[in-house]
Amino acid sequence: MNSIIDRIKQNRLWDFAGGVHPKQFKSLSNKHEIAEVGLPETLYIPLKQHIGVEGKLNVGVGDKVLKGQALTHSTNPFAVPIHASTSGEIVAIDEHVSAHPSGKPETTVILKPDGLEKWCDLSPLSDYQTLPKATVVEHLCNAGISGMGGAGFPTHIKVGSEKPIHYLVINGIECEPYITSDDRLMREHAWQVRQGIDVLMHLLQPEFAIIAIEDNKPEAIQAMQVACQDADNYLVTSVPTKYPAGGEKQLIEVLTGQQIPKDKHPIDVGIVMQNVGTCFAIADAVFAGKPLIQRVVTLTGKALKAPQNVWGLIGTPISHLLEVAQYQAKKQKAPRVIIGGPMMGFTAASTKVPIVKISNCLLVPANKELPLPQDEMPCIRCGACADACPAGLLPQQLYWHAKSGELEKAQAFNLADCIECGACAFVCPSNIPLVHYYRTAKADIKIAQEEKEKSDRSKARFNARQERLEREKQEREEKRLQSAKAREQAKAAREARNQTQEVDNASQEASPQSAPVENKSDKVAAAIARAKAKKAAKNAQDDAPATNSSEKTDDNRAKESAGKSTPEPTTGQSKDERVAAAIARAKAKKAAQNAQDDAPATNSSEKTDDNRANESAGKSTPEPTTGQSKDERVAAAIARAKARKLEKEQAAKEDANKLTAETASVKEKPAPKTEVTASQETPVKDASTPKVTQKPSANETEEERQKRVAAAVAKAKARKAERDKAKAQQEHQNNSSNSGEH
Amino acid sequence: MSLFMTSSPHQHVKRSTATIMRLVMLCTVPGIAAQTYFFGWGTLIHVAIACTVAVVTEACILELRKRNIELAIKDSSALLTALLLAISIPPFAPWWVTVIGSFFAIAFVKQLYGGLGFNLFNPAMAAYVALLVSFPVQMTAWTPPAQLAEQNQSMMDIISIIFTQFSEEGFSVTQMRAGIDGFTMATPLDEVKTALNHNQTLTEAFSAAQFTSINGFNPWTWVSLSYLLGGLVLLQQRVISWHIPLSMLGGLVVIASVFYLVDADHFASPVFHLVSGSMIMGAFFIATDPVTAATSNKGRIIFGASIGLWVYIIRNWGGYPDAIAFAVVIMNMAVPVIDYYTKPKAYGHDKQRTHSLNNQNGGAE
Repeated sequence: MNSIIDRIKQNRLWDFAGGVHPKQFKSLSNKHEIAEVGLPETLYIPLKQHIGVEGKLNVGVGDKVLKGQALTHSTNPFAVPIHASTSGEIVAIDEHVSAHPSGKPETTVILKPDGLEKWCDLSPLSDYQTLPKATVVEHLCNAGISGMGGAGFPTHIKVGSEKPIHYLVINGIECEPYITSDDRLMREHAWQVRQGIDVLMHLLQPEFAIIAIEDNKPEAIQAMQVACQDADNYLVTSVPTKYPAGGEKQLIEVLTGQQIPKDKHPIDVGIVMQNVGTCFAIADAVFAGKPLIQRVVTLTGKALKAPQNVWGLIGTPISHLLEVAQYQAKKQKAPRVIIGGPMMGFTAASTKVPIVKISNCLLVPANKELPLPQDEMPCIRCGACADACPAGLLPQQLYWHAKSGELEKAQAFNLADCIECGACAFVCPSNIPLVHYYRTAKADIKIAQEEKEKSDRSKARFNARQERLEREKQEREEKRLQSAKAREQAKAAREARNQTQEVDNASQEASPQSAPVENKSDKVAAAIARAKAKKAAKNAQDDAPATNSSEKTDDNRAKESAGKSTPEPTTGQSKDERVAAAIARAKAKKAAQNAQDDAPATNSSEKTDDNRANESAGKSTPEPTTGQSKDERVAAAIARAKARKLEKEQAAKEDANKLTAETASVKEKPAPKTEVTASQETPVKDASTPKVTQKPSANETEEERQKRVAAAVAKAKARKAERDKAKAQQEHQNNSSNSGEH
Repeated sequence: MSLFMTSSPHQHVKRSTATIMRLVMLCTVPGIAAQTYFFGWGTLIHVAIACTVAVVTEACILELRKRNIELAIKDSSALLTALLLAISIPPFAPWWVTVIGSFFAIAFVKQLYGGLGFNLFNPAMAAYVALLVSFPVQMTAWTPPAQLAEQNQSMMDIISIIFTQFSEEGFSVTQMRAGIDGFTMATPLDEVKTALNHNQTLTEAFSAAQFTSINGFNPWTWVSLSYLLGGLVLLQQRVISWHIPLSMLGGLVVIASVFYLVDADHFASPVFHLVSGSMIMGAFFIATDPVTAATSNKGRIIFGASIGLWVYIIRNWGGYPDAIAFAVVIMNMAVPVIDYYTKPKAYGHDKQRTHSLNNQNGGAE
């Protein structure tokens, strides 16, 4: 069907780079059947025996438990439960030395067996083929099955994947010297292993199951061949003995000639690998309903009188198994028990360390069997390590960098790809504990990364806080500015009113009719106002040619003046002001009419004229016809005049600046401000006579008489203000024309 | 029971650095024997001097550096360096040449860089180059094979020559170097170079006395073949890999063949180049020094072939008749670059070898 399967069928396999051929010593322990051992006095069952998270305890101290009863539960997908390995009483739940290189204590259920071996109710799933996949997967999870080859990855996650699977690889390589647990298991329980494979085949639906066994285990190969002979797509394959052929990545390369791309998992390319021990446990769980409470443990090494394989209950302290295998203390000057094989195993911290789901071997070497580490000599760059490395790394470069703490360089040499198989240190003539250096460097890198993440997080937090503070500051500033502006506008509006009065007075002074107007003749005033309005319109038109170079500017100005005058009707709460606004509206109509009438006579830019008209309209021209307080009308007239004057000045200013329309509009912005400032200045300058200035605006609505007096005073005042203002504006003009040059 | 804790792997192959060094020394025995047989006792005397000086120097410097002397001496690396230097020195060279050379090799080339494993240059070859440049007369005073020499070369004569520069009978080094015909004898490489410089053809050059065969080969060829024997044992014992020796000899053969085919009158045959001088010895014993050679197999091939090329270039167009030391030292300098560019592809990083099962099966289905 495809070349890979063809080659596997013809046993033409590939090879992986590097690798070593350590002496096997398998015959020490593979001679006898897997033995049952008696119950230990106490079982120490750690909560976490797999990669992932531990579950929550179901039981408490003093509880009686039955064999196979779940001790933990969890809804976390990366949690698998643990079970009572036998019936008995939970005497403690405490920290206990762990089956980990560090021996660091971890939470452990301590179980006193009652010797009855009474099982809890078991629920087999013999009809698994008819059940939904999820049910079977959940069953496997509940049975506490995690990979028994070494890493302890939860099996239900691997088999629960929805990715398409082409090959299910059953790993019966057992490439570590000394260990024979999988060998014995396959020899004695081939059929049950096959049943486990059947379950996996059903769950994963791969095209082929490849059962890979190293060629130093001919009996196991034969047993598996017999067990699988009826299934065409079960390929029992003999793999050349080379350490570490049993490594997941290496075995895949041997079988398929391809490598798993970095940062990918076998499942990403359609391969799932399971250990034979796991298959056995799966069959136990599905067909007998038994959870994972025991495993095959090889007891070997020349310091044991009776090396053998045994069924070790999970939680059995290693001291119990050493007794079973007749440990001979005198053969060990430095007592040492290796959990796992001689290449990747670790030394137990104490004999109370329990057997866990991944403990496949206890190796107890005699004195000269596996000599203690010798003095580390200088690296002579012989390159033997690089030749041995199955991951294609440069161990000596990694060593230099790891030793000198150059973690980044070590990472650049792909330290992360090191599988810690120990082949490099195995061949090193200088006795350099290379793997130890890599482990340390990896741990340092992990710590550094965690710290970096932490500092990144706090940095991000700090930055966010700074941003927030900055933002708040800006918001406050904006608010402040806005309120200041509002204040200024209000002030300006007030000011404008004041000045209107003044200007009006001034203009009245200038005209011969001013005297009678001043003498409280409403009609006359109205007439004057009308004339004034006309004149305003005309002026506006006259101004037009000068200003129409920048329509936009005019627009702005119009809005601006409008804005300035709007507060008057809306914010000026006094009844009089509202009346004034009504007058202004009427006036505006008229002014517009005037403007239109005059339009043909004057030049171009209707818009400008319109604006101007609107503007003048906005500028609340009092209508004399209505019975209004003279002061207000006067004020309106003054405002009008004032507005005109401002316009003129601005137009002049713009001409002076000779800016383009756009620039002008940009430039325009400061202008109103300055205007405001100018008008603001006025009251400040008038501060010498505050009574007078304030009075007309403050007391306007109160007493007619007072107002009249005030008006007279205001008139005088206005003149002064006018002058000041003109001065200020001229100054500003100079400034802005200066700044325009810059 | 408290348990002893060690780090994995717990199993090791039993071949220490010291074992490797001693194996290499052992494998020089056939070559040294041949050298002694044809060129007298001088070589052995120099070996003895060199080894003594090297070990003493190493001990003194380690003492100064406050390092473990015993551990470092036991690795035998200083002895090996001294041995390789001594067999490269002409038998009649004065004793102080060897003393200076050994001291320089250990003190400057090795220990000043940080000791074993840290030296950039091959200590024996760097010292040889230093000696050759400093004492060209003494360092080129190769003797004729004893069988062809005019003067008798007893052990006492040689000792006398080495320490006083005059034999027991009062002959000077120059007189001792004279052949049967009374002419001072040079090495074949030297002879060929001189002849070619005098516009002679190779045929004329090869008629000289030193090309006389003894037992089928000329003496220099015999020595080379003896070193080859030792080198093959090293290969068989997996002390060295084939990459450096083969590529080095191959590099030389390839370029020599090209020029030989173009102009056989002026360029010696590849076979002559292979068995002359210290080419064989260099390929198996010198260039394979792990400390100063490239570490990856690809790098080793580049390293070896480049040495072969340099040897040919210097032999033909350089100022010295032989060039192993120069070529090795030159390529020592290039090792970091070679190593950098010949990093092996880590598992899963090589795109061509990574898994494309999905594609394959996608096609098949």
